[in-house]
Amino acid sequence: MVTHEIICAGFGGQGVMLIGQLLAYGGMIEGKEVTWFPSYGPEMRGGTANCSVVISAQPIGSPVVAEPDGLIAMNGPSLVRFKGAVKPGGVIVYNSSLVAEAPELQGVRICAVPANELARELGNDKIGNMVVLGAFLGLTKAVTVASIEAALQQVLPARRHHLIPLNSAALRKGLSLVEG
Amino acid sequence: MERVMMKGNEALAEGAIRAGCRYFFGYPITPQNEIPEYMARRMPEVGGVFLQAESEVSAINMVYGAGGAGARVLTSSSSPGISLKQEGISYLAGAQVPCVIVNVARGGPGLGGLNPSQADYFQATKGGGHGDYRLLVYAPGNAQEMVDLIGLAFDKAEAYRNPVMILTDAIMGQMMEPVVLPPLRTVAPDQPWATTGKRGRSKPNIINSLGLVGEDLERINRELQAKYARMAASEVRYEADGVEEADLVVVAYGTTSRVARSAIARLRQEKKKVGLLRPITLWPFPQQILAELATAGKRFLVVEMSAGQLVEDVILGVNDREKVAFFGKLNGTVPTVREVYDRIRSLLSEGGEG
Repeated sequence: MVTHEIICAGFGGQGVMLIGQLLAYGGMIEGKEVTWFPSYGPEMRGGTANCSVVISAQPIGSPVVAEPDGLIAMNGPSLVRFKGAVKPGGVIVYNSSLVAEAPELQGVRICAVPANELARELGNDKIGNMVVLGAFLGLTKAVTVASIEAALQQVLPARRHHLIPLNSAALRKGLSLVEG
Repeated sequence: MERVMMKGNEALAEGAIRAGCRYFFGYPITPQNEIPEYMARRMPEVGGVFLQAESEVSAINMVYGAGGAGARVLTSSSSPGISLKQEGISYLAGAQVPCVIVNVARGGPGLGGLNPSQADYFQATKGGGHGDYRLLVYAPGNAQEMVDLIGLAFDKAEAYRNPVMILTDAIMGQMMEPVVLPPLRTVAPDQPWATTGKRGRSKPNIINSLGLVGEDLERINRELQAKYARMAASEVRYEADGVEEADLVVVAYGTTSRVARSAIARLRQEKKKVGLLRPITLWPFPQQILAELATAGKRFLVVEMSAGQLVEDVILGVNDREKVAFFGKLNGTVPTVREVYDRIRSLLSEGGEG
């Protein structure tokens, strides 16, 4: 199995830390080695947030991802900051609701997901992160959608478990975008 | 065995609880705040005490009190807070009171920053407080070792009646990894030397670090040095990965050992012979294996997030300055895998093996 080195980035509040954690939990559920490392420190509300996720069959060295093979960018500043670091052959999934101009990069697969509009269609403005994650899973096969659904049971507190069907619907919506 | 995902800081806290620690005294500081946060919730569940003191100085003296009563007691902080605790640590060492102190280090000197750092190596291993004392110092390399080593730390603290430090950093503390937790241990605070009342003994137990009379202080120091010699003889731990066949051995602990491991994996794909020596105890330091590897003709690269602290112990072990190269980062950033990879490549080509 390949090692997946992923950066998830966006505005605070867009759920980028959550989708990073779901990827890590999903990998753990699949019996793989995983790390999740957040940006932390003097962060501010509305500022940018990001996390590094590594999923591997082998013991993991650095948990800090400098050259990702997968990037999830939920806003423009995150795409600008990280797109140049993505390895050749890598994948970028970005939220085209908040990015006017599509990035052009040689040798990197780029997928635009209008996350905000699709979230609204699903009936919850906060679910855009899961649509983007669904598309990312379809392109990278980092973990299965079923593993993310199992991870939701562990990551979300019990009082939020009624939202799991909505999260599943959003994941599968994202997946359908890339599984033509 | 069930794996659960935990931040390094949470793994330390739960590992302490599982090892029978029932007293935590601390004061908030980033990037270790998940430890007191976790303890504030968890200690009441196991009948333990969580207390946020009014300062780090107060917290370390509460540790002295609880440790003196024979309890398994923990305090945690980050670099500037650990500096404030140094007087107390010296007293704990002098009075031979067992306890565990966690330093989730950040950049310094002074208030510094919140980024990870390994610049507290000297402070942890060479003193920090006054007097001729030593701490047993563990440097975990992953979240599982956070759990395992803090459990070991409590056992060793009691076995040697000595403070034990866990030296880690912001990345190790903030990162999440799967861990397997050991069963919950309950340890009765019942030590024959503890100051918990005479209970029928004719002489009271006294815990003190004062040696004013005659040659008392020399005798106390001789006892301490004999104890440190026993620790040095029995407690060295390290991980050696591919060092026997290596041309170059990278020496690193904690976060930088992880970065080095990634760089080494790339180099091995290119058939380069590079090994990793990861000290797990920073004191006592694995001098013997370094001496043996040096005799076998290896060269060494020390990678650390400081201006060069670990490297001094490596030079002592290797006993040949020419064989030891150094790569350090000062600005609170972590060396990238590529930087370490490039440095190893250039060292190998200098040696004619590139």
